Amino acid sequence: MTEFFQDFQFLGLPWEWARVTMSYDAAWALATICGILLIALPLMLAVAMIIYADRKIWAAIALRRGPNVVGPFGLLQSFADGLKVFLQETIIPSSANRGLFLIAPIITFTVALMAWAVIPFNSGAVLADINVGLLYILAISSLGVYGVILSGWSSNSKYPFFSALRASAQMISYEVSIGFILIGVVLYAGSFNMNAIVKAQEGFGLGIVNAFGFNLLLFPLAVMFLISALAETARAPFDLTEAESELVAGYQTEYSSMSFALFWLGEYANVLLMCTLNAVLFWGGWLPPLNIDLIPWFDIPGVIWLFAKILFFFFVFSWVKATVPRYRYDQLMRLGWKIFLPISLIWIFLISGWLMVTRYGDCRDSERVYISQMTDNETGKTYRGGPPKNSWDGICRSKIQGSTKVSS
Amino acid sequence: MIQVAAFWLFATIVIASAAMVIFARNPVHSVMWLILAFFNAAGLMLLAGAEFIAMLLVIVYVGAVAVLFLFVVMMLDIDFAELRAGFVRYLPLGALVAIILAAEMIFAVGAWSAGGVDLATRAAPVVTDKSNIQQIGELLYTRYIFLFEAAGIVLLVAMIGAIVLTHRQRGGVRIQNVSAQNQRRPEDATRLVDPGVGQGVQL
Repeated sequence: MTEFFQDFQFLGLPWEWARVTMSYDAAWALATICGILLIALPLMLAVAMIIYADRKIWAAIALRRGPNVVGPFGLLQSFADGLKVFLQETIIPSSANRGLFLIAPIITFTVALMAWAVIPFNSGAVLADINVGLLYILAISSLGVYGVILSGWSSNSKYPFFSALRASAQMISYEVSIGFILIGVVLYAGSFNMNAIVKAQEGFGLGIVNAFGFNLLLFPLAVMFLISALAETARAPFDLTEAESELVAGYQTEYSSMSFALFWLGEYANVLLMCTLNAVLFWGGWLPPLNIDLIPWFDIPGVIWLFAKILFFFFVFSWVKATVPRYRYDQLMRLGWKIFLPISLIWIFLISGWLMVTRYGDCRDSERVYISQMTDNETGKTYRGGPPKNSWDGICRSKIQGSTKVSS
Repeated sequence: MIQVAAFWLFATIVIASAAMVIFARNPVHSVMWLILAFFNAAGLMLLAGAEFIAMLLVIVYVGAVAVLFLFVVMMLDIDFAELRAGFVRYLPLGALVAIILAAEMIFAVGAWSAGGVDLATRAAPVVTDKSNIQQIGELLYTRYIFLFEAAGIVLLVAMIGAIVLTHRQRGGVRIQNVSAQNQRRPEDATRLVDPGVGQGVQL
């Protein structure tokens, strides 16, 4: 938990109050729960509105009106739908595996919320500022497949089961290439911490552009990540798991009422998460697009910039959904294993080679020094080494730290 | 306090779910308990300060290996009566293995606490100034570089072996040439004709 969640004016209140009235642990637990709610509740609201936005964008591209009855411009449509499913009866098929059937949507929904713990909303505004943030996101997104597999299997029905098999194969395939793409980003940022990744993008492009995507080596990765994100969240054109012309509604076929709604919410929360990852990893996260202060860009809160980027990527997701026809399953597998995987592997080599040359490369001969004798100032001991054997022996002058006199 | 509570929570769930892996009747339930055990073991590693290993455990075991387990187990058509018959038949062998394992564990713990081993090696020193990933990387790519590469080669050989074992030439399969499909244009397949009245179209 970072200072944001302790200093935040609504949240600082329980934290300060709890610090004086209870033990540190209880105060920490209380403040963390408040922090979780501060992220999860707006996220749920955002999911409701983003479903509405998705339907509106899709309708606009198809020259339809979309939802326009409930509330002004149909803004309350998602809430009406939510109320509808809430009042429905939960039907459990008689031959279904009852426990797993009910657990599956809960897993999907919980996993979709868990990953948000490490997303930086502003400088220092992250619930869990852990140094393996990106690995945490990979780990959590690899859990998401269980909700789908379990729902397909426990429904004890043909189409959900086919859908579950498709979904698990698809998610595993694209996770591999996503992993390699993320390694490219991590190599450039030099950290797995999400905040450090955002900070590494400050002035990354010629000192002006705040984005990794500006780099010619990273731009292809950004494109591949966007496409893999579509496949990972099973959005069109990769929505083979719920291809309605083949599989009824895929793994959700037997679900009704709130258990169906949990799938629905989890799916869109995952889509938002992938949009956020696109923004954070490649397009500067909470940083303004340009690193110049001509316009008072840095006075606009970082959260606004992040949300603007997330909404842009969500628009791209909807746009793709409305325009691109569905892939065939073999084409999907081919794209994942035969195109993205080799390209991302080659790109790891390219990026690490480029970084070796530009950042960590060996120094010029004029900068190279060979230390033949070294004296420890504290103990006064002198260490001697033999004469240099090869032309590449020695170290860079700039790498010598501390108060060292160098005499060549 | 929170750490202690978390430890007891994780440790209890690990042991309970590990027991449930063997006690569950349904193999799919077994795999789910196994996944829960993996997940809580990752939690224990987090508490021990090994966050990198914890995340890798979840990514590799929960995210990939257990999914494959689940895949295989879901496809099985299980006859529970047959399973139970096998249980009785293999009970002596299973009991023998269990006794050997238990005896080895008792011996190991006994020898360890008897003090024959250097006490300093019992608990690994915790380095706090460097992150987990950095420490592992520094050791793996300097001191253990040859072992690391050897492990890589073993994995490569295993992968090639698996491909060779499962690869077979099947006759009668029409392989798609995707680039040829993509290069195909409407002009290659269609022809626009404007026949006059009463005239046919040459096919």
